[in-house]
Amino acid sequence: MFPFILAKIARAALTIVLVMTFAFVVLRMSGDPAQVLLGPDAPQDAVDAFRERWGLNDPIWQQYLAYLEQILTFDFGVSMRDQSPALDLVLERIPATLAITIPALILKIGIGIPAGVYAALHRESVADRGVIMLSIFGFTIPSFVLGLVLVLIFAVTLGWLPSGGQDTWQHAILPIATLSIGGIGILARFSRSAMIEVLGQPYIRTAMAKGLPWRDVVWKHALPNAVIPIITLIGFMVGALIAGAVVVESIFSWPGVGRLIVVSVANRDLAVVQCLLLVIAASMVVANLCVDFAYGLLDPRLRQKRAAH
Amino acid sequence: MSFVSIRDLRVAFDGVQVLHGIDLDIGKGETVGLVGESGCGKSVTWLAALGLLPGKAQISGSVTIEGQELIGARPAEVEAVRGARIAMIFQDPSSSLNPVHRVGRQIGESLRLHRGLRGAAARNEAVRLLDMVGIPSAATRIDLYPHEFSGGQCQRIMIAMALAGQPDLLIADEPTTALDATIQAQILDLLSSIRRETGMAMVLISHDLGAVSAVCDRAAVMYAGRIVEANDIARLFTGPKHPYTRGLFDAIPEMDAGRARLRPIEGTVPDPKHLPPGCAFAPRCPRASGFCQSHLPELKPQVRGGFVACFHPEATRAAARERQAAVA
Repeated sequence: MFPFILAKIARAALTIVLVMTFAFVVLRMSGDPAQVLLGPDAPQDAVDAFRERWGLNDPIWQQYLAYLEQILTFDFGVSMRDQSPALDLVLERIPATLAITIPALILKIGIGIPAGVYAALHRESVADRGVIMLSIFGFTIPSFVLGLVLVLIFAVTLGWLPSGGQDTWQHAILPIATLSIGGIGILARFSRSAMIEVLGQPYIRTAMAKGLPWRDVVWKHALPNAVIPIITLIGFMVGALIAGAVVVESIFSWPGVGRLIVVSVANRDLAVVQCLLLVIAASMVVANLCVDFAYGLLDPRLRQKRAAH
Repeated sequence: MSFVSIRDLRVAFDGVQVLHGIDLDIGKGETVGLVGESGCGKSVTWLAALGLLPGKAQISGSVTIEGQELIGARPAEVEAVRGARIAMIFQDPSSSLNPVHRVGRQIGESLRLHRGLRGAAARNEAVRLLDMVGIPSAATRIDLYPHEFSGGQCQRIMIAMALAGQPDLLIADEPTTALDATIQAQILDLLSSIRRETGMAMVLISHDLGAVSAVCDRAAVMYAGRIVEANDIARLFTGPKHPYTRGLFDAIPEMDAGRARLRPIEGTVPDPKHLPPGCAFAPRCPRASGFCQSHLPELKPQVRGGFVACFHPEATRAAARERQAAVA
């Protein structure tokens, strides 16, 4: 078990380093921050001074080594725009993002899984067809379309909810709805097929042959098995809690991490973008690690394989 | 009166009839074999009787246990019979146990359900049952998961689980098909010794005539959703009447037959969607006449015991052998 954990952690660390490196190189190859920040009309000596000030004239490998050195001392650099520490800029945005992504995740799980399981248990019924149809609808509509449609209906036409901003809790409703609808559809569909798969297994017939009431067959024998594949999907959703709302935050001018990404990339604010990508990569990798360990808890077959590792 | 009695049981899936009126009686403590090729309806008969078929199956006819009707009964009534009066074990033992629960818990479920045992009492009884079916060091292995046992051991655990409800009848649905030959014999031995000890009745569903003859008092042979011959095991072996039964025996390799070729039954089982109008076996039958192609033989009692559904039944096996020798 212990070597298994170490291997997993090593792989996670490697993933983060790769993301960091990739972000570093691509950002520097794809545009000049001096040009963007100072504007096209800036005098040449101002541009030169800026490049000198941020070390942009050094060879890229030198810049990269300097960056690594910084990171190892937990120094994530400062924003080129307003000189404030990049990490602070990122961290102060996280609560706003989580304020919409966590309720959205709860809705996805709380509505998606029960709907999928119900559909699987009442296969070919009207309810089943309804769930299939709604879930296809949910996950095929892009969030920017869905967001705009919701704004059109609830903000513009009905006037019930604000169309953007972060002042009251009502402002969070439309972003949360937009974020959760796709995930509800995906989870419903996935839970339905996982449950149908499990219900066809011989051990379900055994549980029935034993004389267990149908309710116990479903709760004690089918669900614990169906949950195993569903956990993977939830893991992805947890990993996307911090970075998953770029589009929605832009539509609803929600001042979260997603807005910061858009603004920082547009401004080529290197330190901030790098710090953002690092935090996002770390959150996804940690979520994946958690899923891996959850698997072990839920599936005794995997636990044994790992012990033998 | 027989303990379980099946009358004119018919099953259809999506409009395709797979069971065409089965009549079968199982007495208390009796062991009956149900023989036939895959898809002939031997498992479906019992899955239908116990309400274990998927909802889309259309079932008609009657299955009674000591007079209590099971077909069309409320779910709670059928659940009360399953496991407690009629238990069933299946073909693929490894996937018939729930992979995420310890075996002790799975046996304990039956003990709680049918005998009201909980906690330490249930645990002790589960250990006793595992011991009885021959799981070594049961007291410690009760906390293992199914994947930590071999296929043969999983079948033993399935048997322990079936015995937990102290059923009057055990349906063993091809219990040895997925197992190695040596393990097959062990499981069959176990089933017959348990049957002797507990006095419960047993139905052995199998395509293996050898297994059936080793364990059963009598047997019914099924073909394409019908019983074509039923008799006690000795008579069935010495004088198979239906050409299909005869064919099944001829297809068994004999240890002392030298290197002679086996005689397979030519052709394949007919598609249940397109059954021939007459006897379903007629297209493959060496004895079929034109009459057989158009008329359906009924299962009729025979003068010397047993039931046969055939217009041109075989003579006794000895006579048939002689005739064959003469031709050769």
